[in-house]
Amino acid sequence: MAETKKLSIIAFSGDFDKLTAVFTLGTGAAAVGYEVNIFFTFWGLDAIKKKHGRSFTGGNWLTKIFGFMMGGLKVTPTSRFNFLGAGPRIFRGLMRKNNVATLEELVDAAKVLGINFYACEMAMHVLGLKKEDFIPEVKDVLGVASFLKLSDGGETLFI
Amino acid sequence: MATKVLDITNEHCPMTFVKTKIELSKLQPGDILEVLLAEGEPLDNVPRNAKEQGYNVLSVEHVEGTTHKVTIKK
Repeated sequence: MAETKKLSIIAFSGDFDKLTAVFTLGTGAAAVGYEVNIFFTFWGLDAIKKKHGRSFTGGNWLTKIFGFMMGGLKVTPTSRFNFLGAGPRIFRGLMRKNNVATLEELVDAAKVLGINFYACEMAMHVLGLKKEDFIPEVKDVLGVASFLKLSDGGETLFI
Repeated sequence: MATKVLDITNEHCPMTFVKTKIELSKLQPGDILEVLLAEGEPLDNVPRNAKEQGYNVLSVEHVEGTTHKVTIKK
């Protein structure tokens, strides 16, 4: 077997389409033998929240409102053609119709493939999020130095 | 020794590789996986990736139309 290759993705965006790109690249790479790390930060944290809908997660009244407005995986908006929230539903329908994996299916595949999920400590602090607010597959809460160490020697993408 | 059949003829990237990888990981050493797939990207890459990951690709056969069968031994 060849030496293990590595792909590390910084998932910054909380947009449905960009998260689809994160998980498509991640699962594809993991399936062809790459070690894959995804570092979720800022809006990207929406993808790993335990609650997929909208909920008042957060520390104080302001972050609770932010938490509600940001929501989870199910309510991520598209970066274009969002049509006041109808966009993701339209794209999910198109993906299903064309036998292309939906975002939820890709996230499930990422878990099965053992992709390493990490959450950004600083963004969590700003948004009042705790590790308990995330799905149990989130391996650790990290800062920049730890992420750089993890991604060293591989390829890194910022999405 | 068991033989399992996986049909990914209607799947697209990355699920073609993802489903193959997941099925292969469930098998015991010596088991066989027969993958039905379409021409193009899946046919070009599924056998190559299986080989790269240390699996034994026993055969690649044309079934009908654009469908091919790749037999992989764990």
